[in-house]
Amino acid sequence: MSLRSPLRRVTYLGSAGNGSGHWYAQRVSAVALVLLGLWFVFALVTLGGATHQNVVAWLSSPLSAALAVLLVLTAAWHALLGLQVVIEDYVGDKGTRVAVLLVVKFAFAVAAVIGVLAVLRIAFGVAA
Amino acid sequence: MAQRARPLSPFMQYRWQYTNTLSILHRITGVLLSLGFLLLVYWLAAAAAGPERYAAARDTLASPLAQLVWFGAAFAFCYHLLNGVRHLFFDMGHGFELKTARASGRAVAIGAVVLGLLLWLLVRFGLGGGA
Repeated sequence: MSLRSPLRRVTYLGSAGNGSGHWYAQRVSAVALVLLGLWFVFALVTLGGATHQNVVAWLSSPLSAALAVLLVLTAAWHALLGLQVVIEDYVGDKGTRVAVLLVVKFAFAVAAVIGVLAVLRIAFGVAA
Repeated sequence: MAQRARPLSPFMQYRWQYTNTLSILHRITGVLLSLGFLLLVYWLAAAAAGPERYAAARDTLASPLAQLVWFGAAFAFCYHLLNGVRHLFFDMGHGFELKTARASGRAVAIGAVVLGLLLWLLVRFGLGGGA
């Protein structure tokens, strides 16, 4: 009988080398996105038409801007974690898999930065 | 060298049940929503670029073809949200009984269609002009 606990045997192991970290991060971001997603839908429905004026007025509120930044970051993270699993499941060739993963990771990192900068630009009144 | 026939993963052999389709739909809507995230960033970037650039982007994003995309996005959002919560309950060890899993699956499918349509209509036509 081993004296090592079951937790010790799975932590930092597995084919990805990081145990259940990826799995858990996907769930944590999912719970956050339930709340942020409902907020975003509510904001869209009450926006009163997607005019530039309305969008700027909406994101000029510090609370809306903060939640929008959180939404962009969390959605990018959650999407990336999910796409990674899909790619790892369906792209068989290792070289292609690594290349596709790199492209997708870079694309979502860039998209997240653009999204955050856009929200901040509006929030700080540069885009008025 | 001839390769022996390899054993298939269980999911390749199971009899089809509608919960299988619900499961793969979660992945498909997840991938679609990832693309939708890029559209969200495009929309925010256009708003940040000023009124003229925004007006041009809005023409693209409000075209009839784009309406189809928005309807798909509304459905994908509702489905992934509802089924995601269903999966969170699975992760906590609840709802695995065949009857419960099927009933929750049916509720998610019907809820996603109804709420997706409602959400699309609300954003498109509701409350002050829509998109």
